Amino acid sequence: MSATDATPAKSAETPLLEIKNLQVGFQTQRGMVTAVNGVNITLMPGKTLAIVGESGSGKSTTAHAIINLLPGSGRITGGEVLFEGRNIAALDEGQMEKIRGRMIGFVPQDPMSNLNPVWSVGFQVEEAIRANGIATGKQDVKKRAIQVLSEAGLSDADKRLKQFPHQFSGGMRQRVLIGMGLSSNPKLLIADEPTSALDVTVQRRILDHLEKLTRESGTALVFITHDLGLAAERAEQLVVMYKGKVVESGPSREILQNPVHPYTQRLVAAAPSLASRRIQSASKPLEDLGYEATRVTEGVDLIAAAESRVDAHAAAATAPIAIAVKDLSKVYKIRGGKGSASTLNAVDGVSFEIPRGTTMALVGESGSGKSTVAKLLLRLEDSTSGEIRIDGTDTAPLKGKSLLALRRKMQPVFQDPYGSLDPLRNIGNTIAEPLGVFNVGDKKSRRARVDELLDQVALPKSLVTRYPNELSGGQRQRVAIARALALKPEIVILDEAVSALDVLVQAQILQLLSDLQAELGLTYLFITHDLAVVRVIADNVSVMKSGRIVEAATTDEVFGNPREEYTKELLDAIPGANIPLGV
Amino acid sequence: MTGYIFRRVLQAIPVFFGTTFLIYFMVFAMPGDPVLALFGDKTPSPAVIEQLRQQYHLDQPFIVQYFIYIGGIFRGDLGVSFSGQPVADILARTFPVTIRLAILALLFETVAGILVGLISGLRKGKLFDASALTISLILISLPIFVIAFVAQFVFGVQLGWARTTVGPGAPIQDLVLPALVLASISFAQIVRLTRSSVIETSGLDFVRTAYSKGLSRKRIIPVHILRNSLIPVITYLATDFGVLLVGATVTEGIFNVPGVGNTLYQAIIRGEGPTVVSFVTVMVLLYLVVNLVVDLLYGLLDPRIRFVK
Amino acid sequence: MRSAGHFVAPLEETPIAAIDDVKVAEKPSNLWIDAWRDARRRPIFWISGGLILLVLVVALFPWIFTQTPPNDQCFLSNSNGGPDSGHPLGYTKLGCDVYSRIINGTSTSLSVGLLVIVLTTVLGVFFGAFAGFYGGWVDATLSRLGDIFFSIPYILAAVVIMSVLSQYRSIWTISLAIGLFAWPSTARVLRAEILRVKQADYITASEALGVSKLKILFRHVLPNSIAPVIAITTISLAGAIVAEATLSFLGVGLGSDVMSWGNDINRAQSDLRTNPMTLIYPSAALSITVFSFILLGEVVRDALDPKARALR
Repeated sequence: MSATDATPAKSAETPLLEIKNLQVGFQTQRGMVTAVNGVNITLMPGKTLAIVGESGSGKSTTAHAIINLLPGSGRITGGEVLFEGRNIAALDEGQMEKIRGRMIGFVPQDPMSNLNPVWSVGFQVEEAIRANGIATGKQDVKKRAIQVLSEAGLSDADKRLKQFPHQFSGGMRQRVLIGMGLSSNPKLLIADEPTSALDVTVQRRILDHLEKLTRESGTALVFITHDLGLAAERAEQLVVMYKGKVVESGPSREILQNPVHPYTQRLVAAAPSLASRRIQSASKPLEDLGYEATRVTEGVDLIAAAESRVDAHAAAATAPIAIAVKDLSKVYKIRGGKGSASTLNAVDGVSFEIPRGTTMALVGESGSGKSTVAKLLLRLEDSTSGEIRIDGTDTAPLKGKSLLALRRKMQPVFQDPYGSLDPLRNIGNTIAEPLGVFNVGDKKSRRARVDELLDQVALPKSLVTRYPNELSGGQRQRVAIARALALKPEIVILDEAVSALDVLVQAQILQLLSDLQAELGLTYLFITHDLAVVRVIADNVSVMKSGRIVEAATTDEVFGNPREEYTKELLDAIPGANIPLGV
Repeated sequence: MTGYIFRRVLQAIPVFFGTTFLIYFMVFAMPGDPVLALFGDKTPSPAVIEQLRQQYHLDQPFIVQYFIYIGGIFRGDLGVSFSGQPVADILARTFPVTIRLAILALLFETVAGILVGLISGLRKGKLFDASALTISLILISLPIFVIAFVAQFVFGVQLGWARTTVGPGAPIQDLVLPALVLASISFAQIVRLTRSSVIETSGLDFVRTAYSKGLSRKRIIPVHILRNSLIPVITYLATDFGVLLVGATVTEGIFNVPGVGNTLYQAIIRGEGPTVVSFVTVMVLLYLVVNLVVDLLYGLLDPRIRFVK
Repeated sequence: MRSAGHFVAPLEETPIAAIDDVKVAEKPSNLWIDAWRDARRRPIFWISGGLILLVLVVALFPWIFTQTPPNDQCFLSNSNGGPDSGHPLGYTKLGCDVYSRIINGTSTSLSVGLLVIVLTTVLGVFFGAFAGFYGGWVDATLSRLGDIFFSIPYILAAVVIMSVLSQYRSIWTISLAIGLFAWPSTARVLRAEILRVKQADYITASEALGVSKLKILFRHVLPNSIAPVIAITTISLAGAIVAEATLSFLGVGLGSDVMSWGNDINRAQSDLRTNPMTLIYPSAALSITVFSFILLGEVVRDALDPKARALR
């Protein structure tokens, strides 16, 4: 690979970080497996750079390699990591300790697992300050810890020092981790998906804060993310990684407007955050850029999908109502401390209607009650009050055979691709289970139906004898969809069904769902926390907050003309929403 | 924390009644004459039988018998041994010896077990680790009386380093060999548990974060890895106390250590049913108390438990 | 137009694959298939398996190994005698053939071990499965009951039971005495695993299909939570063999007419100084049998639990 392409125009300044032809391998039973293969990255002091890629692309491994914290058997097998001109990949453990924290700070991904549960938050911040010699003496260290945490946006920092991580919310823990990463005034901060485990609105506030802090202190930032929109919004420079290699790097805006490598083009086309903003990619035909290959078309173009949906929506307006929910409430009793019981209104007077053959998205952050609505609809739990009518029939009194008939009409697909299939049953038996429960057909016709269903979800028939652990997350969700469709239901409840998938796979499944709806006339209730994907799949949107629906309208209205403050906040929080791009 | 203590103590109450009832039930609800059954093939004198009938109130309905017996426990009346001595008196005499033995054993097994387990876990796959794993597996497979006899034979008979029997009034150094024997099996379990706990904790995210803060390995190992790895070890120690009690019975018996275990051992060997029942009850109560204490200790070690409402 | 800093990798160096294409290995794999593949690669699996097979053959067909009756041809003239022809391990104090006694005692240990794990598995699975799966008051009741049984160390409980049942000592009663108090560990392991498994979406999906609770338990939940029970059962078998030997050693186990390693060790202990080998041989037989089951338990646990595999 020619490294010259990656080097910016000669500058008087030396780069803060320069990664040259980095190779990282993991020792496995079958020998060395290369995870990062020839990565070149250059970062100037005070600048921001984002590394984007899917899971397994090597983006996190690259980040960990910089501070030599590779997990397990991983190690750097080649190349250099120059920090202020010094190759830190060659340092021993003792020398590296002096670099970590003091020179290069690190903010990890999952706020839930990155704080030690048995020590107080104050202890964990203070030990970092003491280790890096930022302050000595009990009082000074404590003062600095309070300062660091307040700067990271934690209110009442002095009181919170004594508290333990489990007493903090996810957002607060992430602020603690950011505070720790910045506690010793490093010149470089590496943030590894620092907010992907958080709700979008929290994510936005924390990233805004992180940006402000690094800008004020002149700290350079390497930002790892799977979200292209987020990367482009937050970083000046982009590095796109695929299968351990850098496929494209350069100024963020330019890459977004003019993605050259076919993989980057795919990512741009599939990123829901960008698609929902209808960004037109102004890419040139590949031939002009020296590529022999013609433009890759097997990726999914979400923008096109979103546009075709608008047409379909008009036709569905007169369809009969499939799901009608009126004043639905669910109250949970929770046992409080010392025997006192309190109640939680998980769902509080929710009403909506979904016309047959359309999709309604139910959007909300964690704890908004959206998944409880799904459970009530599916009669997995009973409502406290209110009414659910499916095709005009009140579902509450249904029992025995009539309840089975309802279940046959309505099937769910859940979020977790690793938990949605029974690991001990092969794919054929899994898809055929509903047929067995309802005694549909004989052995032969069931097998034929399984083949047909596999075909519908674009999986090879040879999978019938295979087990779930042999499939990827996206493939498992396809099997889950096939099982849901086995009984030819009218309604499918999709509870975060694509949330755990990589963007390209997510786009592919969204496309599949869209196609199946057109083909089979399905009605979808699409439950998600991610407003970005709503645009491409839903006709109507209901926004939920604290058990109530705060706004309900057509998708175009919600995106174009949101009325509620909360909806606006959610829209603003979609990464990439603020990128001023010529449309 | 007070809430946690309160709840935990509250939980112990049904278990206390349940276990004592169960033991009582096993002995006195069996078909036939429970008193005669307790003596097996021995024939006690009518006077002893009469005394036992009175002691256990066998003329009363079963449930009344039980509550009279429980009332006795609360007053410190644990019944009378086969030879007519109050069980409480025997306990007062033998308990200090057993406590000394148990503390020595606990000290050996925890200090050595955690140390070996820690080194093993930190040097996973190395020679030290492999040997520690093999030795611990062999130790676990050896029944305690086999270990006791081998130790007695090798160190007592052949090498002459230690006395084969301890006897009353023996100095504490004579307790070292029995304590090592008693500690051996739990030592092996603690090595394995600490090792797997250390390996698991070392791979956790917060350890990597600790490194990323610039902390040295010398600080991370005790403060973050070992500290967290101790939580399952402490839990294990609680349930392991039952093994320790059985082990103490066998070990004290074989080495003739004049403790509680030896009293039970002698009673079992001689077929003195009533004494066996009394001492098993005492040990079970001890086990309950130790479990309660360890659980409270656990609350101190793990703040997540402490603060749960 | 690309700016100078805009790098694009040549396509031939970074070819892109189809999105999410199906790549499967030659042979199907699931937990059990993988476990077998993992286990058969390990020497300790074959060592422990071979030892257990040997123990089984000895227990079932002792006459292959010795023709000498263990009890009937004891001559005091041979008391504590050393090995001679046909009697490779010498004689006990009563002049019985040590080798023959060990061979003929094997089936006792194994029978007790097997009977106990049948009992603990039946009780443990019943209590653990219903407590974990149904939750609520069912769980509270069953778990508290389990706590009570768990709070009496099972060897102590067995000592009491065997003292009371002194007239009826047999393989059956001793197995009952051990098993009756050893099941809570099985129940606890299974309960914890079921609590984990029942959270999975495929369980909810089956509920949404209208599959009955009991069917879900037997069709999906139990098969997916039984793996750790199998590992712990193998180790309990070893524990039960030790328990029988300990009780027999204490004199409250099997009657003196039954061949049992524990009984022989008990009888030999007074000769520790004069004839230690009569003590060592049955102890060795006992320890090797226990060792082979514990070793197998390790292999089984490692094979069935990917997390345990990572600790190797």
